[in-house]
Amino acid sequence: MPRKTLPIEEKLESLAILDAKGNVDKALEPSMPKELLLKLYRYMVLGRCFDERLLALQRQGRIGTFPPISGQEAAHLGAVAALREDDWMVPAFRETAAEIWRGRSLESVILGNNGFNEAASIDPPGPTLPVSVPVGSQMLHAVGLGWAARYRKTDQVALTFFGDGATSEGDFHEAMNLAGVFQAPVIFVCQNNHWAISIPRSRQTRSATIAQKALAYGMPGVQVDGNDVLAVYSAVSEAVARARAGRGPTLVECVTYRMLMHTTADDPRRYRSDDELESWKAKDPIARFEVYLKHKKLLTRKKIEALNQEVLAQIQTAVEQAENQMKTLGNPLDMFAHAYAQMPPHLRVQREELAAEIGRAAKEDGDG
Amino acid sequence: MAKMTMVQALNLALRQEMTRDDGVVVLGEDVGVDGGVFRVTDGLIEHFGEERVLDTPLGESGIAGMAIGMALYGLRPVCEMQFAGFSYQAFHQMENHAARLRWRSQGRLSVPMVLRAPYGGGVRALEHHSESRETYFAHTPGLKMVLPSGPRNARALLVSAIRDPDPVVFFEPKAVYRAYREEVPEEEETLPIGQPVIAREGRDLTIVTYGAMVRPVLAAAEELQAKDGVAAEVIDLLTIAPLDDALFAASARKTGHVMVVHEAPRSFGPGAEIVSRLVEKAFYFLEVPIARVTGYDVVMPLFSREQHYLPHPGRVAAAARRLLEEG
Repeated sequence: MPRKTLPIEEKLESLAILDAKGNVDKALEPSMPKELLLKLYRYMVLGRCFDERLLALQRQGRIGTFPPISGQEAAHLGAVAALREDDWMVPAFRETAAEIWRGRSLESVILGNNGFNEAASIDPPGPTLPVSVPVGSQMLHAVGLGWAARYRKTDQVALTFFGDGATSEGDFHEAMNLAGVFQAPVIFVCQNNHWAISIPRSRQTRSATIAQKALAYGMPGVQVDGNDVLAVYSAVSEAVARARAGRGPTLVECVTYRMLMHTTADDPRRYRSDDELESWKAKDPIARFEVYLKHKKLLTRKKIEALNQEVLAQIQTAVEQAENQMKTLGNPLDMFAHAYAQMPPHLRVQREELAAEIGRAAKEDGDG
Repeated sequence: MAKMTMVQALNLALRQEMTRDDGVVVLGEDVGVDGGVFRVTDGLIEHFGEERVLDTPLGESGIAGMAIGMALYGLRPVCEMQFAGFSYQAFHQMENHAARLRWRSQGRLSVPMVLRAPYGGGVRALEHHSESRETYFAHTPGLKMVLPSGPRNARALLVSAIRDPDPVVFFEPKAVYRAYREEVPEEEETLPIGQPVIAREGRDLTIVTYGAMVRPVLAAAEELQAKDGVAAEVIDLLTIAPLDDALFAASARKTGHVMVVHEAPRSFGPGAEIVSRLVEKAFYFLEVPIARVTGYDVVMPLFSREQHYLPHPGRVAAAARRLLEEG
């Protein structure tokens, strides 16, 4: 009964392909079609510009509170770019660019951020869940979806996003554990953006990395530079291939940074320094990808300018369309819709009650 | 027709639905090899394989959350909470997601899952194994809360719950699990969710109840008939959310005397809603104030005292006599 070292094999990789200056590690450079590279760049720019526009709209009182994504474009777009259209994506709430990649319209995002449930119905149907606000809770749904896909003998996989804060939640543990036990085809993509509102990553866990948590669940873990879209794409592609081949789940930790506030109701100056922010601005995911694409002769200053104009015009059109739509949406009686497949009697009664109240108010307005 | 216990009847429902629809899968703690701690899922793993009967790790939130994902995919998961007292850890998934995904997606998605759990006292169990907290789920918009009272309706309602397009929380009165046998037809039988039944007709007094309390209430009604010549009408709700008040309101208008019986704690319990509905719909027909015979607003006592906590026929009959003496 000696005291000895247990033979636990631990292997943990980190991956970075494109450095902050845009230099590429040729040995690791993924082979990606140029259309995909340019599409990724376009969506990254769109994500950033849309964030800026939404922020302006929020400050003007034209939309409600929303969670900006700036700084995390590579960490979520690189991940969804590795999925097939029929794979499932299970978002948290700070992956707006990935949702748009999957087909959610900008109008839907604007309407959703302006308190209109109808935002969900202008999403195209498809294997993407709506955003999930309770932190970490959505991860379990990906396990169920992945398990069900395998049960139905498809090779679909489910990819779920969550933040560093979510790793402190019980549902993180339960999801990782279930996926490990059932070898479900799930890719857990952690957006480690260093801050859960005011709580730093160091206060979420004493663990040196989030990636290493995978080992305890019997699945591979990898830490990637989350501001390096090539690294995110490569790591997630490997995880997707593994899941598709029936070899179970993977945890991918994307090390990134939330450049803006948690939501527009938050003021990060209360808890983090300008120096820290500046150091991360130097690692901007879009700037380095731009350098890379220029080196590859896929982008020129002129093309970039044209693309920016296109993106801004696309956003402008979406804002106008959404604001037009808002004029016709928002029937209060619709709050009773979609509670159940069939409206039960007590909801019909309550709906009539509200209709009558609205009718009375309208009549009083008319009389007045 | 075979005479079955509630456990056997529930097992029949699961077996037949799994045979009928390969989208029906069962998951939970000890539901496979062990057949469930109450044996409700006995033999399913032998018949359908571990592909469809999942012995899960411990973790109620995980079981419910994974079932939500399965349901979103189009399967019909039936998950078991080993005891309703452990369902609070799954409550967050039920409230935050199962109940809302249809609404959140504006009808694009649905969560046709069943969350089964044995509930209630009377089996001399440990702490957390005897409580009756159906109100938590019944209070949550988007969920359905079903509580069968006997073998035959348990089987029919479980079939309906599995086929229901919305999430159904299904509380099984464990005190009834093996208490008696009832004729249960082998051929398919369903009961509509959201529809109460008259368990006993009467003209003098209405007693509204459900689940494990139906038996003691019926026993009290027999006693009242035999000793007092009082004909009590017993309404078995079967579903408390959505709550259909038409039947008990009509009965109250007929008898003018109403009692509500449940083992859940009194304050904000299902009785509170039932009484409110009666005030709205039958107030002018009531001859005396409505009485509530319920569990008390305390932590469910350990079993040395549970007989004093749970409504029993004597307590129900005594309360009925007091009510009738008032006018």
